[in-house]
Amino acid sequence: MKVNGQAVPLEPEQTLLAFLTAGQYDCKRIAVERNGAIVPRTEYETVRLADGDTLEIVQFVGGG
Amino acid sequence: MELEVNGKRRTLACRTAFEARGLLGSASDIVILNGFQIEKDCPLAEGDTLAVIPKGVMPGQEELESMMMARHTPAVHKKLKLGRVAIAGLGGLGSNIAVMLARIGVGQLLLVDFDIVEPSNLNRQSYYIRHLGMPKTLALESQLAEINPFVRVETRTVRVEAENVAALFAGYDILCEAFDKPEAKAMLVNTALEQLPGIRIVAASGLAGYASANAIRTARPLERLYLCGDLETGAAVGTGLMAPRVQVCAGHQANMILRLLTGTDEV
Repeated sequence: MKVNGQAVPLEPEQTLLAFLTAGQYDCKRIAVERNGAIVPRTEYETVRLADGDTLEIVQFVGGG
Repeated sequence: MELEVNGKRRTLACRTAFEARGLLGSASDIVILNGFQIEKDCPLAEGDTLAVIPKGVMPGQEELESMMMARHTPAVHKKLKLGRVAIAGLGGLGSNIAVMLARIGVGQLLLVDFDIVEPSNLNRQSYYIRHLGMPKTLALESQLAEINPFVRVETRTVRVEAENVAALFAGYDILCEAFDKPEAKAMLVNTALEQLPGIRIVAASGLAGYASANAIRTARPLERLYLCGDLETGAAVGTGLMAPRVQVCAGHQANMILRLLTGTDEV
């Protein structure tokens, strides 16, 4: 699997939510694109990651 | 020779810019040829755009717009005039971005914020003492009218939530994310990308403090998301928001919006 341009080994049968939690991402402060399509936040729990998936994870910090 | 002079098509019997000035005004007038203020005489070509501006004289409304836009290359101005940009959040980023977009002559701006101007905003936001207590939407609208009255400005004094994103921003080509809180930034970006097909977002992340301004850059992490900032320096206790870095980031966002409006989608 490719995450933000880096090759990352994929645990078998992993959901997107499990991957994000293991990576200590704060799900309220990110946007995720999987294979070029935005993943609605309500689907993080149900999306199952597959071999060869490409993820882009954008994190936001405060200030404006 | 057929020329565009102060916004109007005219046929003038002249071969150079200063000859044209001689026909239209006096030798002390400023001459701007195709977006550039010239000090030495230049030959003219068919279809050139010329502004001849008397110093210190208030022009009529009709001539004012072409004189204000004389510094832009003509083709650029026409594209910007057709541009429609929504700005969500009118704090340090949004207020400064709105001022820049008005100066370059973007045709239509939507300004959205629920809050009022407070004393703690003045360290970085485009407001003045006289605006304290006013809704930011109206305080900013009044400034834009003084900077460029030819921009159509709409305001919505509401809090942006997932439920009203589609209704607020449908019909806009470009959405500028200029919120303060990271959760609000993520909510807006997610909701707009999900619900508004085709809209392009220019967002910001990482602009607090006074680390090197060179760390602030423009990236395109997703197909329809441009992200400006150093991507890591959040506002926190001990790391405040200060005018210079906030404005550097606002400049990145405004310039990316300018690039998109003129047909360039690369960062």
